[in-house]
Amino acid sequence: MSDGFASIAGLLAPLLTDPGAILDLTFEVELLPALLVAVPILAAAVPIVLGLRFDRTGWSVALLTSLGLFAGTIAIAREVYATGGYTQVIHEVGGYPAPYGIELVADEFSTIIALLVTGSAVGVLAYTRVGGPRGSTFYAAYLLLTGGLLGLSFTGDAFNMFVFLEIVGLATYGLIARGDSAESAVAALKYLVLGTLGASLYLLGVGLLFMATGHLNMEFINSELYDGALVENETLVRASFAFVFVGFAIKVAQWPLHTWQPDAYQRAPDGITPLIAALVSTVSAYALGRILFTVYGVEFVTATPYVQEIILTVGIASVMAGSILAVTQTDVKRMLAYSSVSQFGLIVAAYGLATPLALVGAIVHLVGHGLMKAGLFLGAGVVAAGYGARRVREFAGLAEHRPVAAASIAVLAISLVGIPPSIGFIGKWYIAVGAIQAEAWTVAAVIFLSTMLTLLYVARLLETMYFTPASARSSGHAVTGESGHGDAVATDGGEEANESFGDRRSADSSRRRRVSVGMLAIVAVFAVLTVGLGFAGDVLYEAIEPFAEEVFDDG
Amino acid sequence: MALELLTGTFAYATMFVLLAVGLYMMIANENLVKKIIGVNLFQTAIFLFFVSVAYVEEGSSPVVPAEADPEGLVLASPLPHVIVLTAIVVGVALTAVGLALVVRIYAEYGTLREDTLREVRTDE
Repeated sequence: MSDGFASIAGLLAPLLTDPGAILDLTFEVELLPALLVAVPILAAAVPIVLGLRFDRTGWSVALLTSLGLFAGTIAIAREVYATGGYTQVIHEVGGYPAPYGIELVADEFSTIIALLVTGSAVGVLAYTRVGGPRGSTFYAAYLLLTGGLLGLSFTGDAFNMFVFLEIVGLATYGLIARGDSAESAVAALKYLVLGTLGASLYLLGVGLLFMATGHLNMEFINSELYDGALVENETLVRASFAFVFVGFAIKVAQWPLHTWQPDAYQRAPDGITPLIAALVSTVSAYALGRILFTVYGVEFVTATPYVQEIILTVGIASVMAGSILAVTQTDVKRMLAYSSVSQFGLIVAAYGLATPLALVGAIVHLVGHGLMKAGLFLGAGVVAAGYGARRVREFAGLAEHRPVAAASIAVLAISLVGIPPSIGFIGKWYIAVGAIQAEAWTVAAVIFLSTMLTLLYVARLLETMYFTPASARSSGHAVTGESGHGDAVATDGGEEANESFGDRRSADSSRRRRVSVGMLAIVAVFAVLTVGLGFAGDVLYEAIEPFAEEVFDDG
Repeated sequence: MALELLTGTFAYATMFVLLAVGLYMMIANENLVKKIIGVNLFQTAIFLFFVSVAYVEEGSSPVVPAEADPEGLVLASPLPHVIVLTAIVVGVALTAVGLALVVRIYAEYGTLREDTLREVRTDE
């Protein structure tokens, strides 16, 4: 956290010495990474302070900040993607230069993740306007989370990454615990213990890496490693990799360390699951990629015995385990959570392939999966809010009563399978081609198998929504359905289905909220986006390829 | 030889013992508060590790010396100390959040033990 303050101090220094500089600030791209990290963390205090005096200010503050962040990321993106080769926008925090100071680095990889973070943050925020949760403390945690995620994306310092991992973690635990049922506190505690374990193991790895190289800056660690440290301190570097990888395997929810994730996703409030599912794990997976390719480098991955095999095995095991577990679930949010385990397994396996094309595929799939999961969880939230349905069979007849929600969920789910044209297809395609190029037949086979399994649980959902009549499921829904689509306050859904969940039903009905047009529209926007980006395969490839090239040139 | 190894690396040995104790508490202890203490112990072991990494033989504490240009000045590395300071702050915050969650769980379920909690939850 003190790094947050350091960056803020560094940011304010030029303002204090030269107030006229405020006007020029907007045009200095180098300042943007620091602003993107500092502004949301600072703004997190605003809803709480304003909340003492005025009601209902949190949302506007959060929206204004998020929109500003989105605009800032676009400005960085214009700089990073405009020129041909590998471009970086570097900010030295507090003006201290690299080996000792902390750097914030925006390159092709981090910028696309930052775009995903700020874009999804705005989208989810639009949903929470009506869908809830509300309250100034929620928006404070929300902004803290956004700031932490952006910090995690931009940081170029291995230790600083730990600090941001923990900021993100703290905000996430708090947000999950906001769920109405007591279960959410248990889920949050579980996540807290495991998440802290993961981050601590990462810190231990960073410590060993620091012993081996004497640096914390990612670029400097990398060059030191290849200047001899890799040979001299072989054991230290390998041990550090073991700790870092296991730490991230917990954070990214790789099988068998995924156990916190289904609980956390299922028990978090509906407005928050999209954010956590789309961003927190995605950015952790980004951080793993960043450490693998910028810090350790491709050569370490491919040349050290068993490293590549271990990464591939973990990835493949997660793909299979996640898919199979997802098929067996009855709760929609839990099913989607297990599906995340498998999709992140695919990304880790793609990292393990260590070919340029697979790396591009992993990055595209990270972004695509983030968008799809955000949309799907928002869709699940809309359905739960208006229809009271949380389990797959309660989705029966959804297409009839809520055509827009059903269609959006269907589009998103189909793109999760990887059917063109959708961004889900492009990511998988690049990874699959990368696997075939690398002659990793197991990976190719697993991609195919997991696609079949994904189709299995997606088809179940589609079949229930479109071809199972609502009457097959008793009472509750008919009432909800008749009372209209959008504006009716759904009084009671799924009485029979929820009978065994007495306490949950009461929690549900007190939580049941109006489904506004805006909430539906956001889900539809995510659906359109996944399909629209499906046509942008070339553009995405062109945008990310310089980074992959740089990584593999170095190695 | 074994003794030499132990005396030379006792800081690391201590760290791994603490690490193991913390991890064991985290996994095996049924009491939620003790679990959180285990997490804290685990982190503290890592802080200790960072502090011992900074040690330089014959090195003095990294403070700017009084004379302008002292000869033969050997300092312990200040960087890990600074890092640990940040990590400690993070650790304290985590413990606080963890304990707050435990308080909420206790208020809802009336128990601090994980096995009882599991029973209560499956009953519902």
